[in-house]
Amino acid sequence: MIRFENVGLRYGLGPEVLRDLNFGISGHSFQFLTGPSGAGKTSLLRLMLLSLRPTRGLISMFDHDTASLSKDGRANLRRRIGIVFQDFRLLDHMSTYENVALPLRVLGKEESDYRAEVVELLQWVGLGDRIGALPPVLSGGEKQRAAIARAVIARPQLLLADEPTGNVDPNLGQRLLRLFIELNKSGTAVIIATHDIALMDEYDARRLVLHEGRLHVYD
Amino acid sequence: MSMTEPVETMAEPWDEFDAPPSVVRTLPGAAPIVPKDSIAGRSLAVVVAIMTFLASLTTGAAMLVVSAASDWQSDVGREVTIQVRPAPGRNIDADVRAACDIARAAPGIAEVRAFTKEESARLVEPWLGAGLALDDLPIPRLIVVKIAAGMRPDFASLRQALAARVPTSSLDDHRRWIDRMRTMAETAVIACVAVLALVWAVTVLSVTFATRGTMAANRPIVEVLHYVGATDSFISSQFQRHFLILGFKGGAIGGGVAILLFAVAEAANGWLAGTPGGDEIAGLFGNLSIGIAGYLAILLQIVFMALVTAFASRRTVNRTLEAID
Repeated sequence: MIRFENVGLRYGLGPEVLRDLNFGISGHSFQFLTGPSGAGKTSLLRLMLLSLRPTRGLISMFDHDTASLSKDGRANLRRRIGIVFQDFRLLDHMSTYENVALPLRVLGKEESDYRAEVVELLQWVGLGDRIGALPPVLSGGEKQRAAIARAVIARPQLLLADEPTGNVDPNLGQRLLRLFIELNKSGTAVIIATHDIALMDEYDARRLVLHEGRLHVYD
Repeated sequence: MSMTEPVETMAEPWDEFDAPPSVVRTLPGAAPIVPKDSIAGRSLAVVVAIMTFLASLTTGAAMLVVSAASDWQSDVGREVTIQVRPAPGRNIDADVRAACDIARAAPGIAEVRAFTKEESARLVEPWLGAGLALDDLPIPRLIVVKIAAGMRPDFASLRQALAARVPTSSLDDHRRWIDRMRTMAETAVIACVAVLALVWAVTVLSVTFATRGTMAANRPIVEVLHYVGATDSFISSQFQRHFLILGFKGGAIGGGVAILLFAVAEAANGWLAGTPGGDEIAGLFGNLSIGIAGYLAILLQIVFMALVTAFASRRTVNRTLEAID
């Protein structure tokens, strides 16, 4: 699904924050991406989300060389990836339902076609009674679940989650992990960036460890 | 992955799965992707309204000045004066009559009117005082000759005919005044165009910067749309449409008020016609009407303002997307 070969990344004229990355992500897989703060987890996720370009090396995604893709081509590939941010990034002027349905609107789908699907997903993540609520009135856990629902509504092949449990208590963190595990069981490859050791100990999965810009893979 | 299948087969990670069945029917209507009534958006509409109003006033005022300058020139150019000087051995009244006859006979002349002795006395009254006996002084007599509309009489022939029959007469075609008037009118027009250009530059710049400021508040929306897979053209078209409507609303308010103001001024000019004040204004600015062309120019400005706003938003979105990518 994803292949990184000798990938390096630097911002401007600064030092390389990521170097010599060589790894692959296969379909239906589940892995944690970890490392100390500032190790480059978010940068690596942004490379996988095609929202950053590497300064060197080759990134192949879904059998496409990302360097040769046009802007629209990158946007099309991005539609096969779901992203969950630590700070949720829900749009405050839209209800929970509208936030979750946003990727489908972007795809040009009619509301009548996706309405039942969105409601069903919201019910599945436990937000069935918060459909019309605006993000400012949602709790942290509700916001995170809404963000996860938005990330998976378009049925992505890959789900990236950047510190999804960073803003919630351990109990809620475990429940969110269950949610990711269930999504993975349904066929979505999952990468969770976290430095929460306790969370990683909850589930036996592949670990990608970033240290001083280099990646160490523990299968 | 199917969202229908997992719900049936997957374990539910959340316990509070009990949404009421009616929830689907009570879904809120789809909110616009770009929020309609943000504070920044309203501020931008106010800026656009004020700048359109000022630009429209400047445009209208410039059109009035250009029109008035043209009127001044044509008013002066539609009249010539024959001056008949008294001379020993000549009857000035007979000379005036002869000069009038010559002028009337010339082609392209609409009206010839000789000033009476009393009118001539009134002309010099400010300098020589009242109760003047013109017979005691060698005061020349004036004949005002009005030219027919659209005609251009042959002044050289008229001058020759006058010289032959009334050697004490001279024809003044106001050329010196017309030249000065033209210079003044051209200066006024250049000044108006310069002021208009400055106002427009300020308008475009302030609307562009206000749009960028408003767009800064919308950056999170641009980012989210980008991350959920929206193409750049989809994102920029969403913002462009929103800002086009916003700019049009602001422009319509500012331009509409300006149109109303010019319409009231035009109507007031009609009401004041015949009064001393009204005549003074009419003398300076004509009928205070910017005409159909003026109103059309303001309407075009409204459209232009909306386009400037939309274009600025599109450019800002594209810059934001380039920064994200």
